[in-house]
Amino acid sequence: MASLIVFLVGLAVVAGVLALLLRVPAVAAWFARLRGLDRRWIFVAVWVLVMIPLLFPLKLPIAPTARAVEYYEEIEKLKPGDIVLLSADYDPASGPELGPMLRSSLTQLCRHKVKIVGDCLWPGGPPLLEQGFNEVARDSFHYKYGEDYVNLGFKEGREAVILAMGNSIPGTFASDFRGTPVTQLPLMNKVTNLSSVKLLVNISAGYPGTKEWVQQASRRFNLRIISGCTAVSAPEYYAYLQSNQLLGLLGGMAGAAEYEKMTGITGSATKGMDAQSSVHLLIMLCILMGNLAHWAARRQGER
Amino acid sequence: MHIANPLSFDGLGVWIAALLTLFIFSFLYKDNPFYKLAEHLFVGISAGYYVAQEWWAVIYPQCVKPVMNGSRPIMIIPGILGLLLFSRFVPKAGWLSRWSLAIIIGAYAGIKTTGFAQGDLVEQFHASLLPLWVPGHIGLSIDNILFIAGIISTLVFFFFSTEHKGAIKSTAQLGVWFLMISFGAAYGFTVMARVSLLIGRFQFLLDPWLGVARF
Repeated sequence: MASLIVFLVGLAVVAGVLALLLRVPAVAAWFARLRGLDRRWIFVAVWVLVMIPLLFPLKLPIAPTARAVEYYEEIEKLKPGDIVLLSADYDPASGPELGPMLRSSLTQLCRHKVKIVGDCLWPGGPPLLEQGFNEVARDSFHYKYGEDYVNLGFKEGREAVILAMGNSIPGTFASDFRGTPVTQLPLMNKVTNLSSVKLLVNISAGYPGTKEWVQQASRRFNLRIISGCTAVSAPEYYAYLQSNQLLGLLGGMAGAAEYEKMTGITGSATKGMDAQSSVHLLIMLCILMGNLAHWAARRQGER
Repeated sequence: MHIANPLSFDGLGVWIAALLTLFIFSFLYKDNPFYKLAEHLFVGISAGYYVAQEWWAVIYPQCVKPVMNGSRPIMIIPGILGLLLFSRFVPKAGWLSRWSLAIIIGAYAGIKTTGFAQGDLVEQFHASLLPLWVPGHIGLSIDNILFIAGIISTLVFFFFSTEHKGAIKSTAQLGVWFLMISFGAAYGFTVMARVSLLIGRFQFLLDPWLGVARF
């Protein structure tokens, strides 16, 4: 609350100073000319502000928010042998935001020695999930395929798949991503339906994703759900946090970086946050300058 | 600095991806044939990938295979209903696709309605019943008051059965403020998402392609 008051007071002071400056005709004319700025200059500025922090990291501080802490704590509650459903509902277009979340989630899950059943509601998801399993579960934690983790792959049907998994997961996915019948996978003998799952970790890029899991499975099958989602989707999911239908939320690259910090990983999200913050400052500046330019032009028109 | 070797299998893939990324970026300067090439490749390959994925992950294992080996012959019914969707390409037989569409729309309307009623309507209504005063927690009390004020004023803004004047107009205007704040938050998150995608491409160009940094 205190920081919000400081921010609002600071904003008011800056606005006041700029309003005074705009009374100077030369300054107003300069701002008015900004309306004709070629937008490609803004692209160049974005390019510079992304490239420089990536090459020369600023190492700006990253503080985990309550939502990210809740996500982390939900996984911490798991015991060795618990079965977790990891639904990777995204495709390569959302990789920069969701890829780091998938890898960090897998790392924390494997540290707790839980069994992981992976599935995808997006056709582009299975190879990304397989890559994550191979890099983290198989290579770093020596998990055995079929015993400690399985990748069930993609199933068309969206909400219908979720409902079918509520009745029977092996009945919904007759074979895994590699085409092996699930009856030949020892882990799948312990998995009946969504009730046998301790937690759903949903990595979601949109529809179908977290919203559909919450609507169809949260209360109907008493499924505990945490979500790592794209920044675009995050505002919509805050309502589900309020109602405790979601127990933790990572929103976009910022959420991924916060989670990486808690899991002790310095991944691509953490390394990208300096660039992210720099571009955010530029965009705030652009919004401010754009409004001033508009204001200055209007004042000149009035004269 | 360790540039990907275009003569190796993996390196060639990285080079193709990097060049296609630059072709797409070139649109920021102005439209050009390189951008068009990358765009058309993306559309074509995506369509091919999704068709292959649907065939091998859905149609073959769930319909063709169980029918052919006799384990679930009943799957021929959804198979035929799926084929009927293509009857739209023949104008005289196009009406046949309505049977399939009727089943799809009916099933999904049912699923969506019950899901929305359970997951959104009831749960969100329940979560909105908050105490305005929580003893010993002034911050939480303020949060709850703002929350309730936001809900009521926004609902009043969308209540069109009476003219907005007097107290209703003032409440509706407060609702507009809450809406504007929510739009601003959504815009901020959207900016973050788009910048993240840009950062992802730059990390790809700097790491596996040019090899000047590690991500």
